[in-house]
Amino acid sequence: MRVALKKHWQRALDARWLVPCLLVGGLVLTFAIAHFGLLNNYVQLVLIYVGINIILATSLNLVNGYMGEFSLAHAGFMAVGAYSSALLSMKVLPVAAHPALFHLAVLAGGLVTALLGLLVALPSFKVRGDYLAIVTLAFLMIVKSALENIDAIGGPRGISGIPRLTTLPWVFCWTVALLWLIRNFVYSCYGRGVLAIREDEIASDLMSVDTRRVKVLAFMLSAFCAGIAGALFAHLLQFISPRVFDVVKTTEILIMVYLGGIASIGGSILGAALYTLLLELLRPSTVAGLLSWLPAVVFDPLNDYFIRHLGVLRMIIMPLALVLVMLFWPRGILGLREFRGFIPRRDRRAHGAARLKGTDTHDAADSHSTRET
Amino acid sequence: MTLLTATKVRHCFGGLCALADFNLELHQGELMGIIGPNGAGKTTVFNLITGVYRATEGSIRYRGAELVGLTPHQITARRIARTFQNIRLFRDLSVLDNVRIAHYSQTRYSPLEALLHLGRYRREEQRIIDDSRGLLAIFKLEHLAGETARNLPYGSQRRLEIARALAIGPELLLLDEPAAGMNPAEIDQLMELICGIRRQFELTILLIEHQMKLVMGICERIKVLDFGETLAEGSPEVIQNDPWVMEAYLGGGAVG
Repeated sequence: MRVALKKHWQRALDARWLVPCLLVGGLVLTFAIAHFGLLNNYVQLVLIYVGINIILATSLNLVNGYMGEFSLAHAGFMAVGAYSSALLSMKVLPVAAHPALFHLAVLAGGLVTALLGLLVALPSFKVRGDYLAIVTLAFLMIVKSALENIDAIGGPRGISGIPRLTTLPWVFCWTVALLWLIRNFVYSCYGRGVLAIREDEIASDLMSVDTRRVKVLAFMLSAFCAGIAGALFAHLLQFISPRVFDVVKTTEILIMVYLGGIASIGGSILGAALYTLLLELLRPSTVAGLLSWLPAVVFDPLNDYFIRHLGVLRMIIMPLALVLVMLFWPRGILGLREFRGFIPRRDRRAHGAARLKGTDTHDAADSHSTRET
Repeated sequence: MTLLTATKVRHCFGGLCALADFNLELHQGELMGIIGPNGAGKTTVFNLITGVYRATEGSIRYRGAELVGLTPHQITARRIARTFQNIRLFRDLSVLDNVRIAHYSQTRYSPLEALLHLGRYRREEQRIIDDSRGLLAIFKLEHLAGETARNLPYGSQRRLEIARALAIGPELLLLDEPAAGMNPAEIDQLMELICGIRRQFELTILLIEHQMKLVMGICERIKVLDFGETLAEGSPEVIQNDPWVMEAYLGGGAVG
């Protein structure tokens, strides 16, 4: 019985219609939620954060997971996207009259950031590993202090009064579009080049991979996505300041990536969603609400000594979670594995579907040979 | 016709010269072997040809064009492929991906086409897959296409490395100790395999090897190196009977 169920489940996961159905379903659902107010504003806000964080985690995964580097620059990319798009939509584009122009501002934010990604890719030619981490950290600090010291864009006060144009359905669309781009990149000769660099850079060079070109492309795509996430973030919060984009922000994204699993788009989605939801769950008010059924004898001391301090404690709990994940689960939940629906059919067929699931190699090989004959 | 010429190549690591006054002339279609004791500079020759190191002095020309100063991927894209003394596969990637990666320089689609999976992307990807599976079939690895490279037995990993090198579409193949760690039966198979692919792909092969059985069995010309200098060069018979070689390398006695 369980075997039969599992077969059906596998077949459903394998079906051609699954991903398109999920996409259309998600689109309709997000539009319906926003339009008819099916969920309250707070839940909608959390879902928007989930979307933005999925973009951030997946794009960082491209550099840190697929390429095996350790970049800390992501919050810096996000800041550049946020600032450039906010300035565009406030000072240049008549967004108030034509809200659709907002997407142009977001796209421009992404493109500006991609150019900056090119700049960060340059040191990666010479420097690897821990040293590249330090270089990217320096980049993050340069961006932050540059923003703090340019008075025209508010200096340390930041920018406020950005129009709130980021809505749930649009975040859904941007997320899907960017994931599609990253997935397409990963399953191309450039993506395989990125993987080869992680495995053995010199060998990949000797196998004709133009490692510099591949690195530049990967960094630019990663920065582009982070820039767009920053742009969406700015038009959600309506207020941005350099302080928002510090190393803590980068750490958050790192947690999502390593929790979900390196070199996996499905993993990054999972990691971003889990992290965002957990962080919301750990809010004092949420926890208090969830535990309010406890008798007062238990609840009151718990509240006094623990729940009330969660605002501070969760900043300890989440990094601790990262340490534990890295120690006991170094590849994360879905590390080096991928959700089937994301793998192009051509790729799955070519592999005889064997590498997707370690357990049913034989099944997959059999079904492959029957298909071939 | 001369395919590869090295003239007066010298390579030093700091004060230590791994290779001094190295000359090599490799003709199209030839199968040449380089032998010599450990530290003789054999692998350095490969690293110089493929651009991992840049020669301190001298010139290496391939089809008349200078190779010194080019990056490894530029040299590889000119159809010079190699394997490694200690296997350097992409261990965590699938067998198929190992071979597909080596198609990089022959892939004809732009980053934009790759991002959108449009245009030439589909045709090219299918071609690469067909080509890669064909290569795996020649090396009897096709049924393992989806397996992670690190899970392969040692002999299969050696074969996969050659398959990966062939994916570059080489005219010149450099094999660095292909028989290392193999038993006599496996060496026989390997000799057959090398001769087979040489015919099928019309390769020029330069190989480094310690196993005398393989070197004397298939090489047409042999070059003996010691301490970065060429001791002797000639056909297997000449090398086997060269007194200098017998003393310096084979230890003054029997040839294995």
